[in-house]
Amino acid sequence: MKNSVQNDIRIGVFICDCGSNIAGYLEMKELVEYAKTLPNVAFVQENLYTCSEGGINEIKVAIPRENLNRVVVASCTPRTHEPLFMSACEEAGMNPYLFEMANIRDQCSWVHMREREAGTERAKVQIAMAVAKAAKLRELSRIQLSLSHRAMVIGGGVAGMSAALALANMGYEVDLVEKQDRLGGLLNKLNMILPSNEHPSILVNSLVDRLKNHPRVAIHTESVVTKTEGYVGNFVATLNERGADAKIKCGVVIVAIGAQAFKPEGLFNYDGTKVITHLELESKLNQGTVDAKNIAIIQCVGSRSKERTYCSRICCMTAVKNAILIKEASPETKITIFYRDMQMYGVENEEMFRKSKKLGVRFVTYDPKRPPTFDGESVSVYHARMGRDMVTSVDLLVLSTPLIAQDGATEISTMLKVPVNENGFFLEGHVKLKPLDFATDGVYLCGNARFPATIREAVSQGLGAASRAAGVLSKEALFTSGIVADINADTCCGCLGCLQVCPYGAINFIENRGVCQVNKVLCKGCGGCAATCPSGSARLDGFSNQQIYAQIEQAMAG
Amino acid sequence: MLDVGRHPKVNVLAYSELVEFAGEIGNFKAKVRQKPRYIDASRCTACGACAEKCPTKVPNEFNFGFDDRKAIYKDYAQGIPSMFTIDPNHCKVILGGKCGVCAKVCQAKAVDYEQKESFVELNVASVIVSTGYELFDATQIPEYGYGRLPNVISSLEMERLLSAGGPTKGHLTRPSVIQGEKRLKELPKLIKKAEKDQNEAEKTKLEQETTWLEEQAHKYHTAKKLGFIQCVGSRDFRFHKYCSNYCCMHSIKEAIIAREHERETESHIFYMDLRTVGKGFEEYKVRGAEVSGLKYIRGRVAEILQDEELNPVVYYEDTEQRKVVSMTLDMVILANACSPSKGIAKVAELLGLELDENNFVKTHPNRPLDTNVAGIFSCGCAQGPLDIPESVAQASSAAARAAEVVMTEGLPIAV
Repeated sequence: MKNSVQNDIRIGVFICDCGSNIAGYLEMKELVEYAKTLPNVAFVQENLYTCSEGGINEIKVAIPRENLNRVVVASCTPRTHEPLFMSACEEAGMNPYLFEMANIRDQCSWVHMREREAGTERAKVQIAMAVAKAAKLRELSRIQLSLSHRAMVIGGGVAGMSAALALANMGYEVDLVEKQDRLGGLLNKLNMILPSNEHPSILVNSLVDRLKNHPRVAIHTESVVTKTEGYVGNFVATLNERGADAKIKCGVVIVAIGAQAFKPEGLFNYDGTKVITHLELESKLNQGTVDAKNIAIIQCVGSRSKERTYCSRICCMTAVKNAILIKEASPETKITIFYRDMQMYGVENEEMFRKSKKLGVRFVTYDPKRPPTFDGESVSVYHARMGRDMVTSVDLLVLSTPLIAQDGATEISTMLKVPVNENGFFLEGHVKLKPLDFATDGVYLCGNARFPATIREAVSQGLGAASRAAGVLSKEALFTSGIVADINADTCCGCLGCLQVCPYGAINFIENRGVCQVNKVLCKGCGGCAATCPSGSARLDGFSNQQIYAQIEQAMAG
Repeated sequence: MLDVGRHPKVNVLAYSELVEFAGEIGNFKAKVRQKPRYIDASRCTACGACAEKCPTKVPNEFNFGFDDRKAIYKDYAQGIPSMFTIDPNHCKVILGGKCGVCAKVCQAKAVDYEQKESFVELNVASVIVSTGYELFDATQIPEYGYGRLPNVISSLEMERLLSAGGPTKGHLTRPSVIQGEKRLKELPKLIKKAEKDQNEAEKTKLEQETTWLEEQAHKYHTAKKLGFIQCVGSRDFRFHKYCSNYCCMHSIKEAIIAREHERETESHIFYMDLRTVGKGFEEYKVRGAEVSGLKYIRGRVAEILQDEELNPVVYYEDTEQRKVVSMTLDMVILANACSPSKGIAKVAELLGLELDENNFVKTHPNRPLDTNVAGIFSCGCAQGPLDIPESVAQASSAAARAAEVVMTEGLPIAV
């Protein structure tokens, strides 16, 4: 009797109060009574929080007790909770694809907070739609994939090196790919790191030594990834190493390509000698060739502006660090920092900020509407605290310019099918909860490629990306979702409409047969192909026409 | 949280604390004390019948006392593990009195007033310290009147008021109103008691208070003119010298949410430097001004007083205008500093961890998760103020470091 799927459809409906998020605005008792009247519904229950451990248990207990073979949860958004409810069904022995969800919170109670009666009626329709679809759901299965337990890290800066080393230490083979002729990235161009008061070469060398001596790390310098194919667990990358092409198989890819400093061409008479960037100052400091007596530093040159809306996070601390180093070496040098907000967040930065003030570094705020100007000899600015203009003569002007997206970021974005944001930095899966994951499975990000970061943050993110990647590598096998598209080869006319809309590159054109075919592993079940296909050959499992028509009929019935 | 609670490989020991610790990387031994919940965890289904019937009301700490919970309670509905706990400081039975209602109504027979504490021994290869932080206690700054002026609240109190599942269901009811309404409910009983005791003076006083509160009632309104004060206890030599990292953003966020909830809300953010260093943060701040009408005022608030309508009045120097001015507001929200947690000293002592001068767990400058003890790592606000994305990223990193130890079978790793 258990779960006889085709005959005798028995649907269990669980209606969630979501505390007061739903129950505060809709008549829950009415919804429960209504759900009981719907065809094929065998059981209805209201929960305070269906997603709580208690609520989940009630689903798991009700499935065998009530002989349910379909489950509908009317609650919040499937985006966050569908996987949870599906796995609850699965744990109770039901095929998880026989589950359907009605979003009566985001799409109803939150929208109709002041329309109790109408909102309740609307929720009824939503529940009826979900129940109608549930009755037409079919069992689907996941596909098992093989898995390469090898990782590829693109970018040999401090973030990429940290990621590679952590993965190798965990027991995985790692290919570390670096475009330049040596590892280290931006750190190779820096002078000193505060607050550890170390030369960056110490950190770089220690990481490089451990990587070079690690039996599980293969370092590829002067190498570029030119092509990637495949998917999580089964990537194949084409690597151009000093002109020669090689194929690398890997299960995961970490993007750690870093960023580059913005060159302020045309701003403040930038010339690279008297007016320089911080990166240029770092190299002068490294060579010991800073002899200016009056130094001005201007913050936010090219950032927090219309062209580049973001704050580049590390420029304030870089300016303060360099000011401290100069002041310590030559206390008589006058340094003035022109700033908007000193972004000295956290414990160490604020400490450095205080130290710089003690050493006599001057800080002057400016209003972005009245920015400082430079005439070749002195910086003039409206001093808001004094209410008048202030002129400072200068023999070295340092511009704090932001980090901008790395060259080649767009190519990697296209190649791995992972997005970048409006500023060209790679875009994580979720800004708060998945800072190091891409939406695409098996691809991770860290360091400046994600967003400007300190060395500490880059190390931490490198390790973190390694940890996320290890979550895949440590599995014995992978499974895809059951909700994937399929193209009927008998009716496909080969128009390529689906191929053009697929955002995941999951559709191939089989030339000798003149038809399109879905790679079910790459398919994310977005349904773009099914919606586009003029001949109705492409369809999405779990969203068949019959299932959607059943929903539409219910929506139109009232 | 639910993922952790459901994961077959995660053993959650809630309501527990570390009491003994020994060993070395790859082979640590820990003894954990599980405090008695007076509930059999294997039986409780979290149905809530007990709390519904429990006669003992206790101010609800989770909502900062804006409402009440019962003596048998759950911090909040989605809490993990999902089960109830009896508060031994308030339960009549545990305090030696008569009651037993919860045991009577519990169909799962989960209530056990005799439950004792228990101990769990663990053998682990590595340890992660993620003990978090505490909200800075703003009563230490008398000039801001926190604790004295009802409509001056902390950032976390604001979070609860703004929460749809919170004590006011997301409405910004002023705390003076919440307190006034609560008091109005108590007063008739107190007046009766005074009558019974034939205490005329007390009775008159209470009646006057009733009249005053009732008069106030027509003035009651939700808070629409808000002031957010930054760096409360942070960047302050008397308390914490450091910047607490995340407060600029949470004030902007709270102000935007308040505006989304109620179109007439007007927010003023008083700051020294508005620190918007995260990805998308600067853009969020700009949008706050352009779309939600937030006003950013550069200036540190010197003092908060109160007018006779219980409106906070802030005095500050507007450094852009170079004037000392005042502003009357409906409610003031303090951006409390991120203070190290009070229990960290004990944890550090047990684990042999070094703390920094602020009492955060000290970590290596270039190895951000590593403490002074090999095999013990720290992440999140335990090692200093951090925002959510950085904390999540660090948590993954700490997991990587811990995994390196586990996967190399505890061999000391070159660091």
